[in-house]
Amino acid sequence: MSRPAVELVGITKRFGDVVAVDDLDLTVGDGEFFSLLGPSGCGKTTTLRMIAGFEYPTEGTLKIHGEEMGLRPPNERPVNTVFQSYALFPHMTVADNVAFGLQMRKVPSAEIEARVKRVLDQVQLRHRADAKPSQLSGGQRQRVALARALVNEPEVLLLDEPLGALDLKLRQNMQVELKELQNRVGITFIYVTHDQEEALTMSDRIGVMDEGKLLQVGTPEEIYEGPRSRFVADFIGDINLITATVSGPDRVRLGNGQEIEVRSPGPVGEEVTLALRPERLELYDLDEPMPENHTKLRGKVIRRMYYGDAYFYDVEVGLDHPLEVKEENRPDVETYDMGEETVVCWDPAAVNVVTD
Amino acid sequence: MNEGTATRPLVDRLLAAHGWLVYLFFYAPIVVLTVFSFNDNSRVGVWTRPSLRWYGEMFRNDDIMRAIRNTLIVAAVSTVVSVVLGTAAAISMERFRFRGQRAMDGLLYLPIIIPDVTMAVMMLLFFVQAFDLLEGFTGIRLNLGLGTISLAHIAFNISYVAVVVRARLAGMDPHLTEAAADLYATPWQTFRRVTLPLIMPGVAGGALLALTLSLDDVVVTSFVTGPGSTTLPVYVFGLVRREVSPLINAVSTAMLLASILLVGVSLGFQRRSGARQGPSDEDEGDANDATTPMVGHLGRVGADAGGM
Repeated sequence: MSRPAVELVGITKRFGDVVAVDDLDLTVGDGEFFSLLGPSGCGKTTTLRMIAGFEYPTEGTLKIHGEEMGLRPPNERPVNTVFQSYALFPHMTVADNVAFGLQMRKVPSAEIEARVKRVLDQVQLRHRADAKPSQLSGGQRQRVALARALVNEPEVLLLDEPLGALDLKLRQNMQVELKELQNRVGITFIYVTHDQEEALTMSDRIGVMDEGKLLQVGTPEEIYEGPRSRFVADFIGDINLITATVSGPDRVRLGNGQEIEVRSPGPVGEEVTLALRPERLELYDLDEPMPENHTKLRGKVIRRMYYGDAYFYDVEVGLDHPLEVKEENRPDVETYDMGEETVVCWDPAAVNVVTD
Repeated sequence: MNEGTATRPLVDRLLAAHGWLVYLFFYAPIVVLTVFSFNDNSRVGVWTRPSLRWYGEMFRNDDIMRAIRNTLIVAAVSTVVSVVLGTAAAISMERFRFRGQRAMDGLLYLPIIIPDVTMAVMMLLFFVQAFDLLEGFTGIRLNLGLGTISLAHIAFNISYVAVVVRARLAGMDPHLTEAAADLYATPWQTFRRVTLPLIMPGVAGGALLALTLSLDDVVVTSFVTGPGSTTLPVYVFGLVRREVSPLINAVSTAMLLASILLVGVSLGFQRRSGARQGPSDEDEGDANDATTPMVGHLGRVGADAGGM
């Protein structure tokens, strides 16, 4: 990270009595692909709109490339936005839509023409240059919206759930395309999404938001492997959350009285929540040899679901909830039937202690 | 298909007959009026032979020609002014939030609800009081005339223009103006390049509506008119009270023709803008809605003129 592209310091946005964004601090590095991830209404879009200049913070300072934005209107900010609804001008052709920003900045028309052609080539829409937005498919409109923003070579590109309206297959293709595009043009991307998979696959770093607060910022691996709070753990991927009481250094007592090993769970006597990814759990037969130092819980399979590439088991182990276990669908991995007795087994290092 | 029509139930045929009767009721008077406007007889209801005698009379009549000129001046002025002000009002109601907006929003549409006669009386009272006050302060005496008629027409037309333009604005994606701003357009450039082209069908519809309302108005105009500034509808109205002459038939038919022309223009405009926007775009779905009430109104204007 060299000089930061966007800095938010103590940003709060209130709409009447509603606090949409609550004392948010965030620094996005130059050239970074940064995702703001959270459920709808968590304040991620409001944050993006403040960077774009469509909303002004109630409190706090916002800098883009070191320059304080204050009450500067959107047309004077070095950022461009790709809207969720694309917001293409319906009365203009694709080429006119893309040329709009350059025309507004009084770029010479010969240069506009060349740049529009180049960017339409980039998004493979050169042949649709004279079409109206209403004649395009959803994926094509999305690419026009992207081209219309990119042609201006903004310092920061803001994307508000740009893939939300596309169907699954197209969305997955666009994820790859977007990431490659970002690598190629080297512009800072700030990407708002509620789709955890999208955030994990594309981002350099992710910021998870809930109720106006930024809960955790980190690389996709850090967020997925080491969630610090119950919300982050629960929001991203499938996870088992187990309540336990700290009973000693590296020891906790579960609801069923069993003591298991957990690395540095906190002060003795405190109630903690353990987070465990289903793919980190393994099932064994009762009489099978198991890894020596792994935690073992005996239980019974109460549900089995087939996902093609994997099986998901719900195993009743005498806690508040059954444990969810994911086992890959490979010939060397044994499958279990409903009602079968089994042992759930995991490496203590796979356990995360999260706050509520 | 043929089999379907052959075995059509009685109810369907009755409904069809009903439909035709309704249209007969609408249009028979218009046909009668038009036919009798070409009648060569001094009495309105007695047919002798076809002639253009009354159209000739109409063009030779200075009063009628002056009334037509007055009507066109008032219509042009009040349309242009009310389109500008009405569009501005629609945008401020739809796009901005300010104190007292709800009250202003409600009051904006009052002229549509107020009965014409009430509107006419209050306009007259207002002008008389205002002119008295002005004379008291400056010694300048203003009189009722084309100016007051135009002002009165502007007053009620603004509401109609605002309604039509607003319907169009409401269907416009609010992110479009944000997108323009995001692409470095100043607020004025955003209006010129994005908002105005997109609401143009609404603006044009509002303009046609204002134009017809102005051409058509009798009640308000007859209250605020002054010597020499009579408009055509008011003149025709006066003519009926003095003597029922076939001249009225010719004048009414001419007005009817003008109204039909306006309907044609508005329909043509709708079709063109509809084709341009493309039927598949859901954002544009209301493109026709905004102008539809206007056509309904134009139809009524035609019938009104025919009824005279």
